[in-house]
Amino acid sequence: MESHVTHWQRWWLYGLTGLTIFFLVLPSLIVIPMSFSGTTSMMFPPPAWSTRWYEAFFSSSQWLTATWVSVQVSLCTVIVATPIGVAAAYGLHHGRFVFGQAIYGMLIASLMVPVILIAVGAFFLFAQLHMVNTKPALVLCDSLLAVPFVLVTVSAGFKGFDFNQEQVARSLGASRLKAFFTVTLPQVRASVVAGAFFAFIIAFDEVVIASMLSGGDNATLTNLMFASLRNEIDPTIAAISTLMILLTTLPPLIGHIIMLRRRRNAL
Amino acid sequence: MSRQSEARSSGRALPVTIRNIVKLYGPVRALDDVSLSVTEGEFVTLLGPSGSGKTTLLMTIAGFARPSGGSIAIGETEVVRLPPHKRDIGMVFQNYALFPHMSVAENIGYPLRLRKMPKAEIAGRVEHALELVQLQGYGERRVDQLSGGQRQRIALARAIVFEPRILLMDEPLSALDKQLRERMQIEIRRLHDRLGMTTIAVTHDQREALTMSDRVAVLHRGQLVQFDEPRRLYERPVNRFVADFIGESSFIPVTIDRGVVRYGEMLVNLAGPAPLADAAQLLMRPEKLIISGRPLEGNINRFDGVVQDAMFQGESVLLTVTLAGGHEVHARIPNRQLDCRFLPSVGSAIQLGLCAEDTLLVPEDAA
Amino acid sequence: MTAANIWAKDMALLNGAALEHDQKREGRQLFMLCSPGILLAFFLLCLPIGWLFWFSFVDAAGSPTLEHYSRIWNEGAYVQIFLVTFETSLLVTAICILLGYPLAYCLSQMSQKWSGIVMLGVLVPFWTSLLVRTYAWLVLLQRKGVINNLLVDSGLISQPLPLVNNLTGTIIGMVHIMVPFLVLPLYASMKSIDGTYLRAAANLGASPTKAFWQVYLPLSLPGLVAGMVLTFILCLGFYITPAVLGGGRVQFIAQRIQTSVNLYPTWGPASALGVVLLVLTLAILLISQLALNRWRRRLG
Repeated sequence: MESHVTHWQRWWLYGLTGLTIFFLVLPSLIVIPMSFSGTTSMMFPPPAWSTRWYEAFFSSSQWLTATWVSVQVSLCTVIVATPIGVAAAYGLHHGRFVFGQAIYGMLIASLMVPVILIAVGAFFLFAQLHMVNTKPALVLCDSLLAVPFVLVTVSAGFKGFDFNQEQVARSLGASRLKAFFTVTLPQVRASVVAGAFFAFIIAFDEVVIASMLSGGDNATLTNLMFASLRNEIDPTIAAISTLMILLTTLPPLIGHIIMLRRRRNAL
Repeated sequence: MSRQSEARSSGRALPVTIRNIVKLYGPVRALDDVSLSVTEGEFVTLLGPSGSGKTTLLMTIAGFARPSGGSIAIGETEVVRLPPHKRDIGMVFQNYALFPHMSVAENIGYPLRLRKMPKAEIAGRVEHALELVQLQGYGERRVDQLSGGQRQRIALARAIVFEPRILLMDEPLSALDKQLRERMQIEIRRLHDRLGMTTIAVTHDQREALTMSDRVAVLHRGQLVQFDEPRRLYERPVNRFVADFIGESSFIPVTIDRGVVRYGEMLVNLAGPAPLADAAQLLMRPEKLIISGRPLEGNINRFDGVVQDAMFQGESVLLTVTLAGGHEVHARIPNRQLDCRFLPSVGSAIQLGLCAEDTLLVPEDAA
Repeated sequence: MTAANIWAKDMALLNGAALEHDQKREGRQLFMLCSPGILLAFFLLCLPIGWLFWFSFVDAAGSPTLEHYSRIWNEGAYVQIFLVTFETSLLVTAICILLGYPLAYCLSQMSQKWSGIVMLGVLVPFWTSLLVRTYAWLVLLQRKGVINNLLVDSGLISQPLPLVNNLTGTIIGMVHIMVPFLVLPLYASMKSIDGTYLRAAANLGASPTKAFWQVYLPLSLPGLVAGMVLTFILCLGFYITPAVLGGGRVQFIAQRIQTSVNLYPTWGPASALGVVLLVLTLAILLISQLALNRWRRRLG
């Protein structure tokens, strides 16, 4: 937007913004060099450089097992939450329900309720079912947290889609389901993938529910990290943190680049 | 007439029988007990202003709108309870709705792939369909590389490639510019004659309806007002709405007393018997009115009036004339009939002639 | 209206019952698509919270009681925890506004290229794991950490500041996490403000500062309120950051709920705390929603 105020007059605004951005990005940047520190102390800049913490991570069965548990739970969450979210988005978009708003509210309620309450409630529920320290319990809880993200992302994708195409497909002989899979889905793919990615990250990063519902053999990566942060800080965390930063930052960036390239090719 | 016999002789077309269709949105009757029968191979247009229910009716036939009551039969089959994909209809949407993630050939081949046809056969049929719409060789193009007119033809090709029993079209030409539209009207009609499918189209453009159709169904506020050949709709409209909607018209009130029609004191001659009512509206088509210096022969009603305005419109002059009763009517005079000596000037007296055969009465109420 | 039409009105619609049945069935099928989500929310959210409500009003023997609530009300420790949580959340929200509003404003004014880059600076930390960021702050804020070293080496202070394992560190960490939550809805709302309003204001004689305070700020208020409420509510429920960066000296409601589960033999105390937190959260949401609706109606 054009403004009649010059850039120079706003130097203070740009300065403040710059500082805020620096504040936001700083911690993530700190972690990466820290992971190459040669010492156990948390000094920065590190007095010596080495990759020992990465080696420690990849050779520790405890950390690797916990990571594997987290990966399993997160993948299962994607498998559970994505279809639920996509189906709900479709149903809400096409159905003219009297209680449509209420249904939508119920599906995104888990965003607003403090996580600790969900954790305690789930703990109670699964205690009754003797399922407390199990992966399925975690998957269900993480799915509860992830469904709103899938729902909102896919709903936004539906808004930008011309559903006349689905109608045409049906007129040409496709059932609703077939029309959805052959015509609609290929075109809203981006938002479904984004939703699935969110679901994975939410499950992978989840700390509070995991702290109540898992431990021991089923300890997740977040369990171990949390414990380490509270007790004795294992410098391996720096290496793990760097890997996690890469995990959450690279896919969206790559996706963004792919989208830009696709747009450039289409022109 | 020759148009229809070509199509019927192919033997594949089916009739469409629509009975008592009602569509309620709460208290609003979007479709109010509509019944009409389309014969096999016929080209029918649903015509009406926006809100008349024509698109709703088409969507009901297609299966995208469920009526509150009624029956729709294609041939012998009752389809009103069938989902759209089981009705074996071809449909062209107003915005064409081509699949952007597929090539042109893949778009056209889509219904054939759904029917699990072998690949070789699909390729052959797609080529044939492209030929029919005169876009041979466009198979590998992407949708965003096509112009509006080309997209329309691809949408048409896709709708007919699987040889559906009936073809539905929702304002197929509204997105095109005037020249292209008129060309496409003829092309679509030609395609219809060649393929012999029963076709039902929706439009709000009366000229389009009259050009392309065997019969036109005029809808108004959810009701079927008249279903007739274009000529009869024009010459014998059943009420004021139809007369007004199709072609130009002026109306003057007349009284009827024991079979005698009068405009004020003046006697009006009709070609047939007068309707059973006390009053009616006399329809005057501007182009049917005659002005002449010489006395006219035959059974002609003569109306005296004063010229209010004369507008030159190229191929004709539109006169606004106030008649003796104070009513304003329009007369359209083609310019071959005028010469400098006889061009009516504003304020001058004039006599308008209307043949008895062209003198039509329509009911008093504005339906 | 012809006689036939009047008669049709009285007569039942042809196929009417069957068509209505089809309509209802289609509605049911679409509802079924929503049902897995609804079931999930019901069994994992509504039911457990319902139970928590129940337990908060029941004592060890199973008979109804208000002792859990009276304990919260009477015991100073609980009141203290609520006060700390509230005050800190308010402070964090205020700081987020001070930092976030200018940032969102800047973003909305920038060109496509620059706003993309700056937005990345907001989104990348937003996507980064909570634990990772908390760990990073531990490193930054400790006595021999980056910040203290910088301050001591540059001579600004002689002794390292206690920046972590206390409320200060908690606040810093919370601000870092919550700024994106404030910026994103605010930015979205600012983007939709029509620039012609400001140009009109300038045309009518308002200086840029006046135009901002009198035209832009009120228009951005709905987005700001939405972001504020979201930030505050999320702050109330914080658990990880105060636990790690507070070093045991800071107790928020969420942490107390967690310890109550382990400490007491019944679910009562934890449930009561949870109910209070939930009711407060919902109340704030409701009030802000009503205020926003009234504001929106005024803006027309």
